[in-house]
Amino acid sequence: MSGPLILGIESSCDETGIGIVRGHELLANEVASSVEEHVRFGGVVPEVASRAHLQALVPTLRRACETADIDLSEVDAIAVTAGPGLMGALVVGLTAAKALAVALDKPLYGLNHLVGHVAVDLLDHGPLPQPCAALLVSGGHTSLLGVNDITGDIVELGATIDDAAGEAYDKVARLLGLPYPGGPVIDKAAADGDPHAIAFPRGLTAQKDLARHRFDYSFSGLKTAVSRWVETRRRDGLDVPVADVAASFQEAVCDVLTAKAVDACEHLGTTDILLGGGVAANSRLRALLEERTAAAGITLRRPRPALCTDNGAMMAVLGAEVVTAGLRPSSLDIGANSGLPVSTVLV
Amino acid sequence: MSLVLGIDTATDVRVGLARDGVVVAREVVEDRRAHAEQLLPLVRAALADAGHTVADLTAIAVGVGPGPFTGLRVGVAAARTLAEALGLGVRGACSLDVVALDWAGRPDAPAGEFAVVADARRKEVYWARYAADGSRVAGPFVTAPAEVPELPLCGPGATLTGREAAGPDALDAGLLAASTDRLPDAGLVPLYLRRPDAEVPTARKSTLLQPRLAMMGNR
Ligand SMILES: [Zn+2]
Repeated sequence: MSGPLILGIESSCDETGIGIVRGHELLANEVASSVEEHVRFGGVVPEVASRAHLQALVPTLRRACETADIDLSEVDAIAVTAGPGLMGALVVGLTAAKALAVALDKPLYGLNHLVGHVAVDLLDHGPLPQPCAALLVSGGHTSLLGVNDITGDIVELGATIDDAAGEAYDKVARLLGLPYPGGPVIDKAAADGDPHAIAFPRGLTAQKDLARHRFDYSFSGLKTAVSRWVETRRRDGLDVPVADVAASFQEAVCDVLTAKAVDACEHLGTTDILLGGGVAANSRLRALLEERTAAAGITLRRPRPALCTDNGAMMAVLGAEVVTAGLRPSSLDIGANSGLPVSTVLV
Repeated sequence: MSLVLGIDTATDVRVGLARDGVVVAREVVEDRRAHAEQLLPLVRAALADAGHTVADLTAIAVGVGPGPFTGLRVGVAAARTLAEALGLGVRGACSLDVVALDWAGRPDAPAGEFAVVADARRKEVYWARYAADGSRVAGPFVTAPAEVPELPLCGPGATLTGREAAGPDALDAGLLAASTDRLPDAGLVPLYLRRPDAEVPTARKSTLLQPRLAMMGNR
């Protein structure tokens, strides 16, 4: 017996996640994804995701309790994503969490989704060296964080100023005639391509941009550059070398992501960085970050892939940290906040 | 003893309690944008005011709309999750049916058919047609207000038709809780009536055209 028994609920995008932890011990992590329902639209449709959350919630909750072999009445507290995310989607999970808190007469903790992506590594690698840097990359977010205290002192060093990295993957995949979601298919196509075949731009790396956007990202210009390159080839009647385009695009994304992450560690004076979010499963991002952090003497932590994508366990373990730190529970009348800043860990 | 909790978020936030078929609590927050914030505190307040706790509940009834989606889902998500955690049965009712049952039981009830109307936003209304006894004969539909038939009208969106409205202008969650056996089972999936707004991507926008035009403009 170590640590509180926490049930975590996540519904910020297209995954309905229910996780159960005891302290840093993972007992269950059940996820129902509506990704298949979004394929024909080429991206997450908020209303489709929200409807799917409502349908998936109770069955996923039931599965999680079975997997963890617990009865709901044993749970010490309910943790839930209060933001950021899609409003209609967040509201479903938040409401379910409140209903559980009322039914079980247990405290409710409304928590920040991004911080959950950092906290989840506690389940795989134990206590986090603090301060440390965190690079979170997914279809919905691209953020570089400085983590001083996971329960209350997190600073956003930088974030994307336009598209999330995962979104850029989706758009480029569509351009190349590859299916949604773009991350895994581009990664696969890139394996046979030359990452240096085409020199695509690296957003916000020019000297003039670094002054104001040292740790920010931009993938919109890159996406347009890929699109123009491909369309020019097609217009000129030339075939499009999909593998080379995929590899060169991926190299441009990963180059900027990793260079700024290493720079962030130096800026913070830390030798520890954590990689999280769905795109953390990308093979090139992992390899390049491993190479560059090793060269800089930085230790890289990365949760197992199943914990990198959105899930309930990440909210549950963040809840366990918050409970253990003795922080006050959330009020029962909190709302979802689609733009919740990462500096707000607990609502 | 039976103690039924009634929840409806198809318009604003409404909670009722019925003990052995008699309404013992009716609570409302007249805010159409705070369902997620207000519903569960209201459930707790209703129980406390009636001298009960959640442990006393024996069943849950929930309005499944039609209504604006995000708010509507709050009630359904709460009802389903409460029922799961408390090990209770949960039953969905069409929210318009509850209003119809209310009017049919009042002294000013229409002698013949009538319609219940609710706001569907985007210049449309949700409505259904009822017999004098409050049983639904057609609908629910989502249409322009002008398409609502020339019948006596009630409900939270009745005045949107520009016609005279009478009878109840809101759902009584106490009645919902007290009448589960008299309301048809509407299932537990919200009555959305509309497909999600989403476009299947078709032809790509050309990114070549724009920069070339821009270059021409610069000369
Ligand atoms: Zn995420």
